[in-house]
Amino acid sequence: MADIKDAVKERSMILQKDMLAKQFNDLSRAQELKKKVVYTFVPGNLTELILSFDMLPVYPEINALQSGMRKKSSEFIRDAEKIGYSEDVCTYVKCDIGMMLNGNIGPTGEKLPPPDLLLLSYTGCFTFLKWFENLERLYPGVPVAMLHTPYQEDGKITPEQVDYMVKQLKEEVIPKFEQVTGKKFDPDRLSKMMEYSAQSEDLLVKILESAKRKPSPIDAYFAGVYYIGPIFTAFRGTEEAAQYYTELYHEVQERIRLGLGPITPEGEMKEEKFRLVMEGPPNWTNFREFWKIFYDVGAVIVASTYTKVGGVYDTGFRHNPDEPLESLAKYCMGCYTNLNLPQRVDLIESYVKNYRADGFLINSIKSCNSFSAGQLMIMRQIEQRTGVQVGFIESDLVDPRYFSYANIKNRLESYFQMLEQRKIILEQQGVAV
Amino acid sequence: MSKYYLGVDLGSTTSKAVIINEQDEIIGRGITNTRANYAVAADIARDEAIFNARFSVLRKKLEAEIQAKPEYRKYISDLESVFQYEQFKVRLDKLGDELLKTCRTFFHDPQKQEEIIGYLRSIRRAFKPTIKHDYLYNNLGARSQFFRDIVSEKYNEQVNQLDMALFEPLMTVWDKSISPAENERIQFNFPELVHKAMEELKEKYRNLPDTAAEDTSVNFDAEMNLLKGNFDQVSETLREHIEEIALLEFNITNMTGTGYGRALLPFPQDCIRSEILCHAFGAHAIFPDTRTVLDIGGQDTKAIQVDRYGLVTSFQMNDRCAAGCGRYLGYIADEMSISLNELGPMAMQAEKEVNICSTCTVFAGAELRELTNLGEKREDILGGLHKAIIMRAMSLIARSGGVFNEFTFTGGVARNPAVVKYLTQLVRENYGDDIRINIHTDSIFMGALGGAMFARRNINAALPVEKKSAVLT
Repeated sequence: MADIKDAVKERSMILQKDMLAKQFNDLSRAQELKKKVVYTFVPGNLTELILSFDMLPVYPEINALQSGMRKKSSEFIRDAEKIGYSEDVCTYVKCDIGMMLNGNIGPTGEKLPPPDLLLLSYTGCFTFLKWFENLERLYPGVPVAMLHTPYQEDGKITPEQVDYMVKQLKEEVIPKFEQVTGKKFDPDRLSKMMEYSAQSEDLLVKILESAKRKPSPIDAYFAGVYYIGPIFTAFRGTEEAAQYYTELYHEVQERIRLGLGPITPEGEMKEEKFRLVMEGPPNWTNFREFWKIFYDVGAVIVASTYTKVGGVYDTGFRHNPDEPLESLAKYCMGCYTNLNLPQRVDLIESYVKNYRADGFLINSIKSCNSFSAGQLMIMRQIEQRTGVQVGFIESDLVDPRYFSYANIKNRLESYFQMLEQRKIILEQQGVAV
Repeated sequence: MSKYYLGVDLGSTTSKAVIINEQDEIIGRGITNTRANYAVAADIARDEAIFNARFSVLRKKLEAEIQAKPEYRKYISDLESVFQYEQFKVRLDKLGDELLKTCRTFFHDPQKQEEIIGYLRSIRRAFKPTIKHDYLYNNLGARSQFFRDIVSEKYNEQVNQLDMALFEPLMTVWDKSISPAENERIQFNFPELVHKAMEELKEKYRNLPDTAAEDTSVNFDAEMNLLKGNFDQVSETLREHIEEIALLEFNITNMTGTGYGRALLPFPQDCIRSEILCHAFGAHAIFPDTRTVLDIGGQDTKAIQVDRYGLVTSFQMNDRCAAGCGRYLGYIADEMSISLNELGPMAMQAEKEVNICSTCTVFAGAELRELTNLGEKREDILGGLHKAIIMRAMSLIARSGGVFNEFTFTGGVARNPAVVKYLTQLVRENYGDDIRINIHTDSIFMGALGGAMFARRNINAALPVEKKSAVLT
């Protein structure tokens, strides 16, 4: 096992930590604060709309990944399997169910409140449907609001699709929100929040695009998963989120000014040796060990698709205060998880080229049927279109049984050597790398 | 002075070493079984490669003479074989000491001790000459030539002839002694051993019967007859050259370690390369048009795509299960109580392939017993097993992107004729009849070859020289 040292923290990290602490504390006191609680998902979330009704959102995937990072997922998964969940079921689901079976204690150790509403706004992943069917049985009588996001099968969002989604928001989602909270929908408040959303989104894009620099001042995957935290979860559309991204943006600017490399848990990366684009979520149970394999050899992830699952902003989309419901519809349909395979390939190709990457790597998730499908095709296409060396590793989201440190290290070591050896030999051959 | 480069491939089952010259030609090969002490396995493979390289240099030096006089070639190959026996003998003596030591510490009753030691002596007396004969007359054939395998086989043969009551004590002593004997580092003195080998060889030819009819254990061939006629003259003519190569200073300029145990090799970090890169680079060096390489090793199977420089562009390897790898075959051989080397030839006799699941080694063992009960022929079951392994490899090849123009098969399993048969069949079925399939006689050495080639090319990559020379003495 890798030797893990204490992490180095930046100001924005502390800010985010405080935001999360307050969020979970509010959740634990939801009743006292007279706030209604809505369970919903990250990809295609309606955070601004939820917050405009003063509801508190709970994201089961986030709880699962947090449990994974806190080494709790193993027992939660075991408990879910005990009541009949198969080994092949998504481990986010099992971890979440297991957590509920164990008293629904959140990542901060405080109890999470039961839902007043289940908002199923699913994008791309079909397991979400089944997940909420299970939650519906775990919380009998809790109303369910469903927002169906049409999959981008044809690779574009049509006006009819937008109309279809807005209609659902108006006729299904908003009335349920009103019914649960007893409050009237306030379009002006929603619009105001969208201004903050757009502001945060602009900053996030600038932060992530700073990785186009050589060397990159950030790791757009391992640190990127922290950067997307506020905007992907309970804070999009809030002033705090805008403040967080302003702070983070300045930190990154400062890093650029000082010529510093990406921050890692063991300080700055000294030398950028490899620039990679990454597809697939990280493994959460062994996150630090996994990251260490990369930063120890100077491998930086300059762009990743995982940091787009809760919204693709770098191709121009922003939440729009002038058309709040329409922009929520477009946002949901534009999430990475809702893109078809050719769109995903195009996006990754643009990342490899625009971020001047040396390689493309996939971390395929054992228990994720929705997104592991098609990854080999993506890999082949990227290899053919860009000529970079490609790599493929397998692990899982939160089931530690599927993280084999030795196997993953062996594959990654081979992959890094592939990149290194190519540089040496091509230089000897007089071929420009 | 000539420069040489070393590649060591420390695999899960065997450790291989290759030495190349500045023209990338293989001049030395060494192979041994991987054991608990990886450093010893690597040392043995390396020493063997260096010894072999000395004989290669000798052959190269005498190239023109050998062309004219085939008896020279025979003499040199005989000498190398006897030289190997001399090394074997040294280790066998170590094993003898170890057996005695174990016996003395394990049995407290002096009478019992003496009894077992007596049996050990008679066992040794019985098998030592047969092993010597096998080496001297090149009778080892396709059997394993690893010390452990040779002596285990002979020891077992002898123990099985004794009273059943002796089985347990003798096998216990054996189990406790073989590993220490095998893991002991031995420095062989080349000039000394080669002189002994020359003497031994003289003895052999002096005592050689005149015709095959007198001794059926000797395979007479034209070269042997030729050499028999003028042995002393050949021996004297070559002596000077042998002296020279025995004293030749072997300058290993750089080296690369690879294989599953590479991280444990006493090599600096910069001299370690993944076996994926090495197998591909080695295979590509021998077959430059290769774009797809399949390597089936002891516990992993790798499908590798390479570019025109032999550099890996992508790879896929088996993950959670080693079914379909070399170990799978080893397990099946054990289940069937036959040697690993007999497995392929037996499968070649199959009239049909019985359908066998290849996803788990242990389950395949259970299936094998069930199929035997149902009356399926061993050959047909083995045919099915071999096909199952290749079906698994085919899926890996497909994942890696398929087969392009030329395909090279590497790794120890490439020596198995049935594996080669089904691989050829399935590659052609899936990717067309015009795919060229390469299997080199040195397929097991491809990883070490690739390593040696990287060592030659990466020489400018700022390597810590002091550390290197420390392990190359």
